[in-house]
Amino acid sequence: MEEQNVLLRMEGICKSFPGVKALDNAQLTVKAGTVHALMGENGAGKSTLMKCLFGIYSKDAGHIYLEGKEIEFKSSKEALDNGVAMVHQELNQALKRTVMDNLWLGRYPKVVKHLPLVSDKQSYADTLRVFNELGLKVNPRQVMSTMPVSQRQMVEIAKAVSFNSKIIVFDEPTSSLTETEVEHLFQIIDMLKKRGCGIVYISHKMEEILRISDEVTVMRDGQWVATRPAKELTMEEIIRLMVGRPLTNRFPPKSGNISDQDILRVEGLTAMYSHLKDASFTLKRGEILGVAGLDSSGRTELLENIFGNATRKSGKIYKDGHLVANKNPKDSIKNGFALLTEERRATGILGILNIRENTVISSLKKYKSGPLLSDKKMAEATSKMINAMHIKTPSQKTKISALSGGNQQKVIFGRWMLTSPDILLLDEPTRGIDVGAKYEIYELIQDLAKSGKSVVMVSSEMPELLGVCDRIIVMSGGRIAGEVDANNTSQEEIMTLAAKYA
Amino acid sequence: MSEKLEAYKALPAKEKRHAVVNWILDHAMIIIILLLAIYVQIQKPAFFSVPSLVNILSLTAARLPMALGVAGCIVLAGTDLSGGRVAGMTAFVAAILLQKADANGKILTGIGPQPLILVILLVMVIGAIVGLVNGYCMGKFKLHPFIVTLATQMITYGTYLTISNSKQVSSLDTSYTTSFVTHPLFKIGTTSVMTYVLLSVILTALMWVIWNKTTFGKNMFAVGSNEEAARVSGVNVLATIVGVFMLAGALYGYTGFVEAARLGSSTATLGLNYESDAIAAVVIGGVSFVGGTGRISGVILGVFMMQLIMSGMTFLGISGNVTYIIKGAVILFACILDMRKYRAKK
Repeated sequence: MEEQNVLLRMEGICKSFPGVKALDNAQLTVKAGTVHALMGENGAGKSTLMKCLFGIYSKDAGHIYLEGKEIEFKSSKEALDNGVAMVHQELNQALKRTVMDNLWLGRYPKVVKHLPLVSDKQSYADTLRVFNELGLKVNPRQVMSTMPVSQRQMVEIAKAVSFNSKIIVFDEPTSSLTETEVEHLFQIIDMLKKRGCGIVYISHKMEEILRISDEVTVMRDGQWVATRPAKELTMEEIIRLMVGRPLTNRFPPKSGNISDQDILRVEGLTAMYSHLKDASFTLKRGEILGVAGLDSSGRTELLENIFGNATRKSGKIYKDGHLVANKNPKDSIKNGFALLTEERRATGILGILNIRENTVISSLKKYKSGPLLSDKKMAEATSKMINAMHIKTPSQKTKISALSGGNQQKVIFGRWMLTSPDILLLDEPTRGIDVGAKYEIYELIQDLAKSGKSVVMVSSEMPELLGVCDRIIVMSGGRIAGEVDANNTSQEEIMTLAAKYA
Repeated sequence: MSEKLEAYKALPAKEKRHAVVNWILDHAMIIIILLLAIYVQIQKPAFFSVPSLVNILSLTAARLPMALGVAGCIVLAGTDLSGGRVAGMTAFVAAILLQKADANGKILTGIGPQPLILVILLVMVIGAIVGLVNGYCMGKFKLHPFIVTLATQMITYGTYLTISNSKQVSSLDTSYTTSFVTHPLFKIGTTSVMTYVLLSVILTALMWVIWNKTTFGKNMFAVGSNEEAARVSGVNVLATIVGVFMLAGALYGYTGFVEAARLGSSTATLGLNYESDAIAAVVIGGVSFVGGTGRISGVILGVFMMQLIMSGMTFLGISGNVTYIIKGAVILFACILDMRKYRAKK
């Protein structure tokens, strides 16, 4: 097409992090007045590519051209000044400050030019102007932390728009928005298109992509796979491009080793400080039970309440027919439970410690000789886990942060195996893990089930739940909205249940 | 206020009780201190007399600049331990430059007292230099504020002791002591209100403007609330951190200047523990260690409350040793109450 229409061109972009090549010769071309969808699985390198554009990461190789001129932003300020704005996936906001303070952060309107005095009046008026233009009804003086996440997300979107940028990147903007707000966002995007902006839209939601985008670029394992007009694509075709192989091979065969005997029965579990309410379900020995639902539907809260990592208001937990208290994690571990937490980096790994220390931390009592810990016993246990979990590491003394996400996760699995649990609670076990390593994690989960352990697994990726689990319960608005047979259901059925109390 | 009252009336009975308990806990520190003050007043009726009140207010004014400085550091979710020793150093510098020409054992022989305004500027610059080192080490090398300011505190104190040879500097020029700093501004009855109270009022007003009306102030709160968000929005985080600590340093410098005049001399112990008093006062005033929150009015209230405790204990004849225990308890208690508001319950 006409070359002058091209706003942004990124070519041959490479970026490595310790242990993982995040971008390998990636490329992207965005034309004025179009929405360009950037697609790929978690860890495909979409966000990394955008962070290279925005100057948050410095690229190792490659060129970026904005309106024909080569650029290399060193900071986000430089990017913003040059008309490139981004709505980040993680909300990066000063929560204790007001809406308008956040909106104009870094570029407050002054009372007099060149004097460092901020004009509150101007700031207020400008905020209202932006909000009116976008049809947003938010009080500029409201403190951020008092607003729901979806409204904060809309403020973030308004902020990106208010820079009058030529390129606006939306990184998963709808994950915390309600349906009406998503419609609202699409209207805003339409308006920006008419202004001649180039929009980069990152999302996992196929329907959204096919509805609003003009072109689609698919990435896989940090590499560019294809760029096609959206009109020529179907959902199946996009998935094929994203996954790179037919869907059937994404998951190992299910173990199918389910006994008739209930190992866990949860009755009326209600949380003290979160919206989890009246959750009841059963789990059989050798069964893999999936937990589906939207973000903040109470899935993590369910696991944390079972594990005693959150305060319970009411409800009972029976294991093998006996009432168990699980009043705190230590108690739960003793009762044969294990919890793999959602945020691996924040609450899973002990980042500055080595693999051995990370592996034995939950079962230290086993390695005592006299009052002291025996290095030899700990080394034996760790090497057993390294073999059993197929952990790829130079040695036990390697810092866990030097491993890839998949191998880190395997270390955490090993940590829990050493506590000899009967019931494993897994919260997003494959989040942020490379596609290849995901398969190994799935295999691990099936092996656990085969050996008679039971698994409760929370995941945001529906295909993963369908491909791994035997049965799926769906949560909505803090409650269990229904239950489906994983071998005999559809994504539509699950989505309908997920919206029940939302 | 009436809006809040309306909202309260609309609550069901159970939540009303909850709201009352929360309100009491949110203001517990102030309530307790006021109850304590009333107790002192009952025991020693002279406590709330004019001379005593003016004395409490004057001491509040003397302690306020340092508290305002350290408050900024705490808004950044940091801390600053260097304040007291910086004040000790600048008290010495001010004293030798403003010693009487014919003083016994004069340190800088041959020069008379220097112009006051020059001395004030000089001591504020000295303080700002320490602040520059503090802020730069934190912002650039990502060192923990505690470690950095502990180190600069020692360096400052050592430098001061080396230069001064631990000597006391007294017989200061009257232009400094009686005319400028401690000269009565006006009298309430027979009690004089000193000039430095006015200076503190001016400084406080200036700090209010900086915190609330300038880009620098807004950036300070943003960095304290979410450093990454500020950076992504284009705020120069390093400059903001350095600025906050330099401003704090300048205020410590000024504190030393006032203290030497107020006490009539500079000694090696001047400034000892000033920073911990200031931090305690700031925390009582609701500037939270989680960062990103705080008000100038809170700092003023905090310093005043702290002074109320100190003076109250003096009135009751409680020994200085016990005072430390009480101060420590107050800090702990204030922090526990403060974290209550920010801890996410699970």
